[in-house]
Amino acid sequence: MGVDMTYILQQALNALQLGSIYALIALGYTMVYGILTMINFAHGDLFMVGAFVCFFLATALGLPFVPTLLLTMMGVALLGVTIERLAYRPLRQAPRVSAVITALGVGIFLENFTLALNPYPQHIPTLIPVITWNIGDVSISSLQALIIVLSLALMVLLDFIVRRTMVGMAMRAISWDKTIVPLMGVPMNLVISATFALGTSLGGAAGVMYGLAYPVIDPYMGIMVGWKAFISAVVGGIGNIRGAMIGGFILGAVEIMVAAFFPSTYRDFVAFALLLVLLIFRPYGILGQPRPQKV
Amino acid sequence: MKKASLLLAIVFAASMIAVQCPGGAPATIKVGVVAELTGDIPAVGASCKNAAEMAVKEINDAGGLEIGGTKYQIELFIEDNAGKADQSASAAQKLITQQNVVAIIGPNASRYAIPASEIAESAKVVLISPWSTNPKTTLDAKTGAAKRYVFRACFIDPFQGRVVAKFALDNLKARKAAVLYDVASEYNKGIAEIFKQTFEESGGQVVAFETYTTGDKDFSAQLTKIKNAGPDVVFLPNYYSEVPLQVQQGKRLGITVPFLGSDSWGSEELIKLCGGDCEGYYFSTHYAADAATPVAIKFIEAYKAKYGATPDDVAALTYDAFGLLWTALKNAGKVDREAVRDAMAKIPKYEGVTGTMQFKEGSGDPIKSAVILQIKGGKFVWFANANP
Repeated sequence: MGVDMTYILQQALNALQLGSIYALIALGYTMVYGILTMINFAHGDLFMVGAFVCFFLATALGLPFVPTLLLTMMGVALLGVTIERLAYRPLRQAPRVSAVITALGVGIFLENFTLALNPYPQHIPTLIPVITWNIGDVSISSLQALIIVLSLALMVLLDFIVRRTMVGMAMRAISWDKTIVPLMGVPMNLVISATFALGTSLGGAAGVMYGLAYPVIDPYMGIMVGWKAFISAVVGGIGNIRGAMIGGFILGAVEIMVAAFFPSTYRDFVAFALLLVLLIFRPYGILGQPRPQKV
Repeated sequence: MKKASLLLAIVFAASMIAVQCPGGAPATIKVGVVAELTGDIPAVGASCKNAAEMAVKEINDAGGLEIGGTKYQIELFIEDNAGKADQSASAAQKLITQQNVVAIIGPNASRYAIPASEIAESAKVVLISPWSTNPKTTLDAKTGAAKRYVFRACFIDPFQGRVVAKFALDNLKARKAAVLYDVASEYNKGIAEIFKQTFEESGGQVVAFETYTTGDKDFSAQLTKIKNAGPDVVFLPNYYSEVPLQVQQGKRLGITVPFLGSDSWGSEELIKLCGGDCEGYYFSTHYAADAATPVAIKFIEAYKAKYGATPDDVAALTYDAFGLLWTALKNAGKVDREAVRDAMAKIPKYEGVTGTMQFKEGSGDPIKSAVILQIKGGKFVWFANANP
């Protein structure tokens, strides 16, 4: 069998879909790290909560796609801000490792809380009509198109907020210096809350899209996806927003292409070996900058 | 030192009297269950628990199980393995050493039954897995000989793999098959390999043999590969929580050929999670609720009355596992782990819900037949029988 163009195009579409979801979640990791230099390990589980909120809104309330997406994003953002206020803020001056352990604890809490509510995997109904278009021999479904377009739109919007608005400027300032900037009248706690709200709402959006693409959801779904998104953020350069997007697409592409051209058993091991090699040559990630140590 | 041993002797003697004394509390037999109550396949654990409680209640309501002239009440201990291999082993250990059970029923999935069976074997306690079809459950990992204390109530994967392969060739007239299976799970891997072997030996061709790992949700790369290979049928020997994703993604990528499955499909949850996407597909399993024998009809009616649902294969097999245990206890004539084991290995014929079972000495695997079911109108409908 020759490696024909349609096969590569089809796999490239698969890669774009998976990559855009990884990228959306990776943004949450990278934003929190950028502002607090803390890894929010509960982020993968916030993504899972997003999928469950979407399930609840779509089945119990029977809402259509757009309100489901918006309400899920708001709900998860609210949860993210609450977690920051209750669990992370009291530990802001504590050793970094305490905050990381707290984040792990929050993640396990979210998993088991969802598990206690209902241990059964749930099925998310189709919220948008699934149409499959055939362009030549390449099939693209309306769902695939929606996920890719919507993710890119959200990323562009985020990039705009961070680079072109006052809130974004405040975020960048706080991430630069947490001592002087508040003295200049920037409300630090508010800016950190806004960062959490933005990052986690993207995680919630990813939960909705993941739930539509892979409609069987369970309380442990956030663990593996969360790890992969975290790796994407590191590969792109943690703390760098554009880096997280690039990292997500790279990981998605590597995973799909390895499975496409090698026996699929090799997927994870080849994919992660490649990422290790990449990190050896670019230890700060693709777009990351080494932070000068202040003595 | 002396005091301690004297005390021990007294306690021991007292406990002997307590068991012998006819006027005291009714004699009880402790039986343990290890089930997947939480984790990735909770529907399996729920069915197992329901059927176990029903089997025990029936005996206790009838005044107990008569063994060697004494009526015993059954005391049931149910442990959750949380869908983890290590917790399966520790749950079995706990039942054996702390609760002091005479036998264990469960775990159901092979990846949990295999570690638990190692514990039971080394502690010399009978373990009957209702649903574990992987051959390794009843075989010693080092020598390959049959384990002495481990039994099951279901057929094994080599048989099931052959049944599905033959069905694809003869009934669906497939010549080219594709397989997608979980390489990290004993059950899926075993059955996929047997299917491939049988299919190719019988003149078919396996054009794609793709894998993934437990917990994966994206199968688009593998399914695109399968679509490109142009099979007549796609075999998915995977658990009910993953199959709907695979079928839905396959359909979206433009795969139109039928999907086939194995007994891990046989949960009502599959239909719920599939929506309408699994309509018309086939899988092999242990029994058909709509083509049942009188023994099975009695069980199905009682189960429906108690739980308001049609019992799936796990419930039926758990009930049969208890039936086998009661038979072994009666035949043994005493409540003793070793005697129960000997009686279990000699059960000549047991008429169960899932058909007639027979044990050969030196093997924990019963000889029994399988059925092929079709998903039709959101229900499992009997399609064909397959004999060993």
